[in-house]
Amino acid sequence: MKKFSHLAIPYIVWSLIMLLLPMLLLVLYAFTETGNDIVTFSFTLKYFKKFFTDPDFLLVLWRSLKIAFKTTVICIFLAYPVAYFIANSSDKLRNILVLAITLPMWINMLVRTYAWIGLLSDGGILQRLLEMLGFGTHKLLYTEGAVLLGMVYNFIPFMILQINTSLCKMDKSLKEASFDLGANRVQTFFKVTLPLSLPGVVSGISLVFLPAVSSFFIPKLLGGGQYFLIGNIIENQFITVGEWNFGSAISMIMAVIMMCSMYLVRRIEDRVSGNKKEETARK
Amino acid sequence: MKKKKRWVGMIVMALTILFFYLPIIFMIAFSFNESKSLTHFDGFSLKWYKKMFNDSAMMESLYTTILVAVIATVVSTVVGTISAIGLSKSKKVVREAVTQLNDFPIMNPEIVTAIGLMLFFITLGIERGLMTMILAHIAFCIPYVILSVMPKIRSLDPNIAEAAMDLGATPWQALTKVIVPQIKVGILSGALIAFTMSFDDFIISYFVTGRGVKNLSIMVYTMSKRVNPSINAISTLVVVSITIGLIVVNVIPIIKEKKLRKKALEGQI
Repeated sequence: MKKFSHLAIPYIVWSLIMLLLPMLLLVLYAFTETGNDIVTFSFTLKYFKKFFTDPDFLLVLWRSLKIAFKTTVICIFLAYPVAYFIANSSDKLRNILVLAITLPMWINMLVRTYAWIGLLSDGGILQRLLEMLGFGTHKLLYTEGAVLLGMVYNFIPFMILQINTSLCKMDKSLKEASFDLGANRVQTFFKVTLPLSLPGVVSGISLVFLPAVSSFFIPKLLGGGQYFLIGNIIENQFITVGEWNFGSAISMIMAVIMMCSMYLVRRIEDRVSGNKKEETARK
Repeated sequence: MKKKKRWVGMIVMALTILFFYLPIIFMIAFSFNESKSLTHFDGFSLKWYKKMFNDSAMMESLYTTILVAVIATVVSTVVGTISAIGLSKSKKVVREAVTQLNDFPIMNPEIVTAIGLMLFFITLGIERGLMTMILAHIAFCIPYVILSVMPKIRSLDPNIAEAAMDLGATPWQALTKVIVPQIKVGILSGALIAFTMSFDDFIISYFVTGRGVKNLSIMVYTMSKRVNPSINAISTLVVVSITIGLIVVNVIPIIKEKKLRKKALEGQI
């Protein structure tokens, strides 16, 4: 049986070259001067200093984290009732609804985001609808709200599917047991259903928050270039400015921030579900 | 009480579906618009479709997208499956190390993976273009294939391959006739994920491409500043083909099952 283990050797080599080496290069570029090559390079921290001492960059970072946070919170509150409804539907309806949620995800994210431009533009359907409903004329496209909408639209299916999966996995008899023990609907929801579905919420958070922080085409398409996020700055460094070392440093900062936030979310989840386990064990 | 709750849920669900499909319906409708406007519908016409088919850059981007997705899917499915089988028999240390590496493109923000690969190609002096795009797509697709094949291999009885070989099968036969058929579901879903990831990819392609090679996403991105209803037309084309594909994939098993049931019933009679 060990015979098969050598089948993995080519991929081990490949993954070292194609997955590990690029990341090492990114770190190398972030810590070295412009104009070096692999043989001669000089160590520097100036790109990190440049980022952390410039209030403009810090503002953009703060704005990216803020909008990603908002996106995540909105997604949780909108996705949960939808996922709850899907999970409590009959098998047949559930399959259809899951397919209906998944179908748009098959369509290119850029294409779906592009479609919003027409809907939100001046004189477009949504603006006229708001006018008719008496909300007055508002500029919709190229605002922060448009970016937020684009992000929620693109990332909410992940949240719905994750929560739905964890709700479906739940042992239904636990709910019945809770009713039998005298809990009402609200109590059962907060004491049984919600804690048991938290793992789904947590994996949903990582699937929404991470891409939202680093997204750069949603702010560009719907924010119209005035609304800069950290992803746009990185893009600019590489595509227009050509400052690869500085761009690498920003990417590294972003990757580290995300790893930390993910670690934090995991810890919170562990604590929540760990406490529950202890409680049940004690009982 | 319960009925009322269901009713509220229905409305929430309907609004959600509307939210998901509104932009798509809008896009399809305006791809048939007579004028260039994205806000006023001035009558039905197919002129944007004609324009699209005559736009060589657009057709080329469609071709690039499909070519890259097909190559990346085939290569990553084959390599991913073989590697997953190999890894499942490797030492634990090796397996865990490779799993860690595989998590890089899955866990990292896409832009970080993209920049890493871009720097990699530049540093090695590889000219960026179609080739680098294909290599990059293979690189980020394989981890997803391994991720979906690995659990299936784990649930296999480790003795069956040995049993096959004891019965005189060569290792190759044991692999293709015994192991692969049993993990077919995992391989198929891995291939499907790989194809979707590659077909939809924008960020990684955008950074690793060069010499004017564009896939559909890059095309939309670079054209989005000017109003161009041909984008709606080509998007509609893609949406319709994906929908048909998905319906076929989902309906065929149902028809097959019905036929089987019918046969079973006839057999009973």
